[in-house]
Amino acid sequence: MQSKETILKVNHLKINFNTYAGTVKAIRDVSFDLKKGETLAIVGESGSGKTVTTRSIMGLLANNAVVEGGTIQFHDKDVLKMSQKQLEGLRGAKIAQIFQDPMTSLDPTMRIGRQIAEPLMIHKGVKKDKAMAQALEMMKLVGITDAENRINDYPHQFSGGMRQRIVIAIALINYPEILIADEPTTALDVTIQAQILNLMRELQDKISTSIIFITHDLGVVAGMADRVAVMYAGKIVEYGTVDEIFYNPKHPYTWGLLSSMPTLDTDSGELASIPGTPPDLLDPPKGDAFAARNPYALKIDTEQEPPFFKVSDTHYAATWLLHPDAPKVTPPDQIIQRQAKFAAMQKEAKQQHKIEEEEEQQ
Amino acid sequence: MADEVKLPADSFEPLDKSKHLDSEKIAAPNLTFMQDAWRRLKKNKSAIIAMIILIIFFVLAFGSAFFSPHNPNAVNPQLANLPPKWPGVNINGLNGTLVQAGSRVNAYQAAGAGAGVHYWLGTDYLGRDMLSRILFGTRISLTVAIVATAVDLLIGVTFGLFSGWKGGWVDNFMQRVIEIIMSIPTLVVVVLLILILKPGMSSITLAIAFSSWTTMARLIRAQTLELKEQEYVLAAKTLGESSIKIAFKHLLPNLSSIIIIQTMFTIPSAIFFEAFLSFVGIGISAPQASLGTLLNDGQKNFQFLPYQMWYPAIVLSVIMIAFNIFADGLRDAFDPQTKG
Amino acid sequence: MELDNAKKVLEVSHLKQYFNVGKRDEVRAVDDISFDIYEGETFGLVGESGSGKTTTGRAIIHLYRPTSGSIKFYGQEIIGMKDKKKMQQFRRDMQMIFQDPYASLNPRMKVKDIVAEGIDINHLAKNDADRSKQVADLLATVGLNRDHASRYPHEFSGGQRQRIGIARALAVQPKFIIADEPISALDVSIQAQVVNLLKKLQRERKLTFLFIAHDLSMVKYISDRIGVLHYGRMLEVGTSDEVYNHPLHDYTRSLLSAVPVPDPEYERTRTQIKYDPKYEDGSKKRELVEIVPHHYVQCSQDEIPMYQERAKSMGLSVKEPG
Repeated sequence: MQSKETILKVNHLKINFNTYAGTVKAIRDVSFDLKKGETLAIVGESGSGKTVTTRSIMGLLANNAVVEGGTIQFHDKDVLKMSQKQLEGLRGAKIAQIFQDPMTSLDPTMRIGRQIAEPLMIHKGVKKDKAMAQALEMMKLVGITDAENRINDYPHQFSGGMRQRIVIAIALINYPEILIADEPTTALDVTIQAQILNLMRELQDKISTSIIFITHDLGVVAGMADRVAVMYAGKIVEYGTVDEIFYNPKHPYTWGLLSSMPTLDTDSGELASIPGTPPDLLDPPKGDAFAARNPYALKIDTEQEPPFFKVSDTHYAATWLLHPDAPKVTPPDQIIQRQAKFAAMQKEAKQQHKIEEEEEQQ
Repeated sequence: MADEVKLPADSFEPLDKSKHLDSEKIAAPNLTFMQDAWRRLKKNKSAIIAMIILIIFFVLAFGSAFFSPHNPNAVNPQLANLPPKWPGVNINGLNGTLVQAGSRVNAYQAAGAGAGVHYWLGTDYLGRDMLSRILFGTRISLTVAIVATAVDLLIGVTFGLFSGWKGGWVDNFMQRVIEIIMSIPTLVVVVLLILILKPGMSSITLAIAFSSWTTMARLIRAQTLELKEQEYVLAAKTLGESSIKIAFKHLLPNLSSIIIIQTMFTIPSAIFFEAFLSFVGIGISAPQASLGTLLNDGQKNFQFLPYQMWYPAIVLSVIMIAFNIFADGLRDAFDPQTKG
Repeated sequence: MELDNAKKVLEVSHLKQYFNVGKRDEVRAVDDISFDIYEGETFGLVGESGSGKTTTGRAIIHLYRPTSGSIKFYGQEIIGMKDKKKMQQFRRDMQMIFQDPYASLNPRMKVKDIVAEGIDINHLAKNDADRSKQVADLLATVGLNRDHASRYPHEFSGGQRQRIGIARALAVQPKFIIADEPISALDVSIQAQVVNLLKKLQRERKLTFLFIAHDLSMVKYISDRIGVLHYGRMLEVGTSDEVYNHPLHDYTRSLLSAVPVPDPEYERTRTQIKYDPKYEDGSKKRELVEIVPHHYVQCSQDEIPMYQERAKSMGLSVKEPG
């Protein structure tokens, strides 16, 4: 596994929103990086801050947002310090975004061929006929059937799944380095969702775009992500590779998320759920924001926020349970099963590694 | 390194949840929709200024009995056509002087008025105090407009609500009725009504209401059509709520923003329409004054004594502009599309 | 679930709901479906958008007037019911939980009044104090605080709003609840909360549920039996284990293969089965046939042997005709 180049680095981002009721501390210290060609999934509930984070990457924050601190380094330039003009140059060209609702993402009065070709004309100055030709190619690439005839159709003439493909075509036409996908399949039927996710994977290979994938559906994450960051109440609470997060999770919130999804062989016993509601960020609680809903909470959780503890070179979790002095706790059953699988996978990987070493020596 | 952080000894004991942690807490203050809208309205400076102006005019107009320096209908032929005179002020236009035949003349002295006599806005061709007439006239204009709007509201909302709620052929029929009414020129309707009912405040009021209720009806119907598909209305149906109760509990409160805004836009139209009718002579009749009749009277002397038309015109314009700005501000306040 | 002896709470027969009948844009939302629901069970109705599942639910609760067919609730025909008293009782016995937490609560009403609406209509409270107490109890049942009663819907999260909707439905002490995609608009972690609450309420109050959903994984967890809808027709009905582990119809198989699972290894190897609707074309008359005991598939007479073969290949014992 060759090490890939980091193209985006978010450092200690802090963002507040001024509202009539007070200051909402939406992002309370978020750091992560994105490597070339990989898919990073940001998982969290509504209100955890995942959408605000991506908006800040594109410079699309609302008027009442105040960046309290941090930097967003895109190729050694801080996005937060860029001018409007510089940001406009980024959007649609180097960083593209697709949203959840394909109905409202497309201009209902503009033919789709033109909508797909537009980013080319604006950012790369390509002439109209050439741009339309490339748009046609893109339409075929994203799997729109009968593209030659449909290039002059309007959005309302397409189904939801087809519309999302058009949205993807628009986003990818300039071969952006980063694609931000904010819940792109949440509004689609499950069969269409599967098709769209397949499409995104194929295109990622072809175009070697990095994807930041935002969702609250862990099933989708399992199929799409290389690395996962779990967000809660404006902070990242755990991050690691997809195998580490799904098979060796360390934060009680991640445990809760994984346990609350029934798998195909969940029996009809009780589904573990996380009680309560995420905290109001107008008045974030002292210490660990998850403490109120955490069945494994310790006294210190109400006093100090936990720092990140290292689980492996690629896996960190911000929970006091990982402190050497913390008591050993038994995670929920589903998690124990996953950890058993992880242990087996590690063992197999070691043996495989050994075999490869031996082969090399010969 | 995180592992080396120094911590008090009992840090790692399990947390006693019962003590303080409310996992369902709501921190934001509890605001009703109206309170929330008021908060938003306050931010709109021009809407607040418009609102204050309107309040001032309302107080002056409805307290006209208090504020009028003279009897608006008292006729003083020898003091006719006097320009405005403000005591102690010596600006041309406010000092009781006129330009007559090329030279400035003190009109008050010429008319033989006493030393303490002054009219803030001058007098009209019959010697009646303009200020008092404008105050009373404004009151009448506003009264007509508000009553007409109230009738308009009542008919329009009921019609629109019923039409939208029933749907189907009832709705179709009722909409065709509206279309027929709308296709008849308003002036024709009004003139006919006045012929039948005889000119006067009540007939004017009815005429204005009759010609404008259709707009409100259509607006309410459109909104009702949308609201009745909302899940909370369906929920009320599944609970067995009667249609009348649903209309009052669920539909009207959610229609209130539209009703209020539309009302605020209708009032200036009504004021203007009354002024227009009175101006052309089929509205309020002498000796009663309304802004329209004042404009009519003032028009006769406009060439030489323009103030007689300017002042009523300014009052009319300011009131209408203020209503429109305020209504606009209300619409933004009620419609929380823009966050923060 | 002893299906053979259980009491039938709901019997839907040949239900059809067409819109704009006879016109060019006629929509056959529900096109001849039949199924029964037994006392105390949860019946999961699954379908993608356009399948007619919401329309079915609304027809059953008498919000729409069906084009044809019959709906019997505890033996009484619902369609065309005129008796006011019976209607009022029906409106107490059957309640609905709606999909959109942001549209199912009147934004201008306080939570207290929203929850108490059914209590007020049916005069279930003796006085104001009793009413407040009932509301407080209901809020506690769904896991909310007492002081939430004086707040407005926009102050709550989606999951909390859904719970308010559940409290509203429970206020009239129903026997049967139709849950119309109650969790689709919620975050996954909150979905589990709401589903657990519904299961708890079912146990404690002996309720029967019709659970409408498009999410297959959650439906299996909560349902005893499942019906699969597609374009207004019922394609397969059986116990949830049966439908999940031994799907017989092509559509059910394709639907199951598309569900993402929170297991990266499994996801790496999962392939979606593409659906060929050849067994849904209008060329033959098809109806629900019992292939395996208590497991029905929509098919024509000549397709029965094919499905029987499928069942046998999965190790099931086939029900012999006659």
